[in-house]
Amino acid sequence: MTTTETPVDNGVNVEALLGVRNALPDTPEIAKFQWRSTVAWVNGTHSRSDVETFYGFGDEQQHHTRFSYDIDHPLQFAAQDKGVTPVEVVLVALGGCLTAGVAAVAQQRSIQLRSVRATLAAEMDLHGILGADPDVRNGFSGVTVSYQIDADATAEEIRALVAQSQKRSAVYDIITNPTSVTVEVG
Amino acid sequence: MPGTTTVIVGAGHCGLAMSHCLAARSIDHVVLERAQVANSWRTQRWDSLRLLTPNWMTRLPGYAYRGDDPDGYLSARQVTAMLEDYAEASAAPVLTGTTVTSVRAAGGGYVVRTDQGTWRAPTVVLACGAATVPAVPALAWLVPDGITSVTPAGYRNPGELPPGGVLVIGASASGIQLADELHRSGRPVTLAVGEHVRMPRTYRGRDILWWLDAAGVLDQRYDEVDDLVRARNVPSMQLVGSPGRTVDLNALSSAGVRLVGRLAGIADGVAQFSGSLPNVCALADLKLGRLLDTIDAWAGAAGERFAPTVVSAAPLSLDLRSGEIATIVWATGYRPDLSWLEVPVLDRRGRIVHDGGVMACPGLYLIGMPFLRRRKSSLIDGAAGDAAELTSHLAGHLDALAGRRERSAS
Repeated sequence: MTTTETPVDNGVNVEALLGVRNALPDTPEIAKFQWRSTVAWVNGTHSRSDVETFYGFGDEQQHHTRFSYDIDHPLQFAAQDKGVTPVEVVLVALGGCLTAGVAAVAQQRSIQLRSVRATLAAEMDLHGILGADPDVRNGFSGVTVSYQIDADATAEEIRALVAQSQKRSAVYDIITNPTSVTVEVG
Repeated sequence: MPGTTTVIVGAGHCGLAMSHCLAARSIDHVVLERAQVANSWRTQRWDSLRLLTPNWMTRLPGYAYRGDDPDGYLSARQVTAMLEDYAEASAAPVLTGTTVTSVRAAGGGYVVRTDQGTWRAPTVVLACGAATVPAVPALAWLVPDGITSVTPAGYRNPGELPPGGVLVIGASASGIQLADELHRSGRPVTLAVGEHVRMPRTYRGRDILWWLDAAGVLDQRYDEVDDLVRARNVPSMQLVGSPGRTVDLNALSSAGVRLVGRLAGIADGVAQFSGSLPNVCALADLKLGRLLDTIDAWAGAAGERFAPTVVSAAPLSLDLRSGEIATIVWATGYRPDLSWLEVPVLDRRGRIVHDGGVMACPGLYLIGMPFLRRRKSSLIDGAAGDAAELTSHLAGHLDALAGRRERSAS
């Protein structure tokens, strides 16, 4: 690993993260989190999702503001294109999660990052969601993420950063492994 | 009630090593063994199994391999014979056919109940093994009827399995060996691969264990590692005890074994595999690269590097009701069985709490666990160092007890 004169700063407070981890053996309940969003139909395939509160660290928590997301489908789907498609939100989530992981792992490994960029692509066959072929799944048939990283590290160290980020990524896990989903109507 | 100074539970290599060290200090003890010396080597090993470590590494306190094949690998039968000879040569006070039914703290010491009577002792050493019970995940219950499930502890040879496809769950030492053996038996084999430790059998012309031993990698101490929980949970190395033969994922897949991701679930009879296969392979390749760098830094100059693991498009599901899979091999690891221990030693997740084998309850010791005191604690070769240090601690504890008695008598 390259040593630098100035302390490595990727803007990640690793001490705080490690502090939480070190507190877990005594207070495992702080690790119980619940993430939430609401969604309201606007018109057509356009809906708006809000994210404001979550539960964690043993208490109700709140973002500093309410974040809103317009979700729609493009004009090519005869929709209004008021926002990104839901499947694109999944790519946004994966890219955000992996990149946060790259920064955090780099900080912990004392690797100074200069730039981190990734291009994400997901393959999907519309036969699935259109119900045109029962053998084709609705979701992605595959996802590729391609990183370009400029950092004070060897190529091997950068590959290890990206691998470790996947290993610790919630969204990567959500996409690569089955999750039980319960949908109720009140 | 008979009394002794130390009760050792289990007459495997660790229990016998401990006995040897205690005897060297004239500490009175017994070794209680539920069946016979080296029981699990007699009863829980498949026919073709050989040690992963070369014969010259088969070292115990007061014992070193002196046969004519130092670079070979002992079979389970040979390990059994070796441990029998060792017990006899050390005159270990083993009581065979004695099953411990409970250990509880009482009066500053321990009461050890067995099906052959009860012992009282100020110190107890738990040497009953880390790999006593196969650890099969709960989703095994979801396997449809009609599929044979086996664990490496119960498996003997391909002839005992029904014909047809085999799904091997787990790609550590047991999983890759059984995938290889079952593939050679003519069965189509699918191997579900989670995190694993890729290892070449030879590097720079020598057995990889020679390098790990010589470069001090195996001597790394438990109080020197960054993340001990992780270090203690590292899967076993992808090795087979066969000279010069590497059985890594590339070898298996080029022979025709189909690789899939970690078994993530079974829904309606369909096995679901994780999409993380490329990353677990990348992690293992990178980790192997770092290990070889460590060896090179120690040895000077650079050795060969191994081709990255080839991951082709792996299926994400497999219908277990289709008849394609006749057998599932759960090579998902083992766990210790201390259910008879009536001393609180488990954390909230059921893991045994100990500090290098020294347990919180004074006079109670544990040996034979992964990375107990050193990286090599899980190897036969690790028992000598661990037993010597635990014996020192145990002797110190006895001295303190004796000092307390003297002070209270005066």
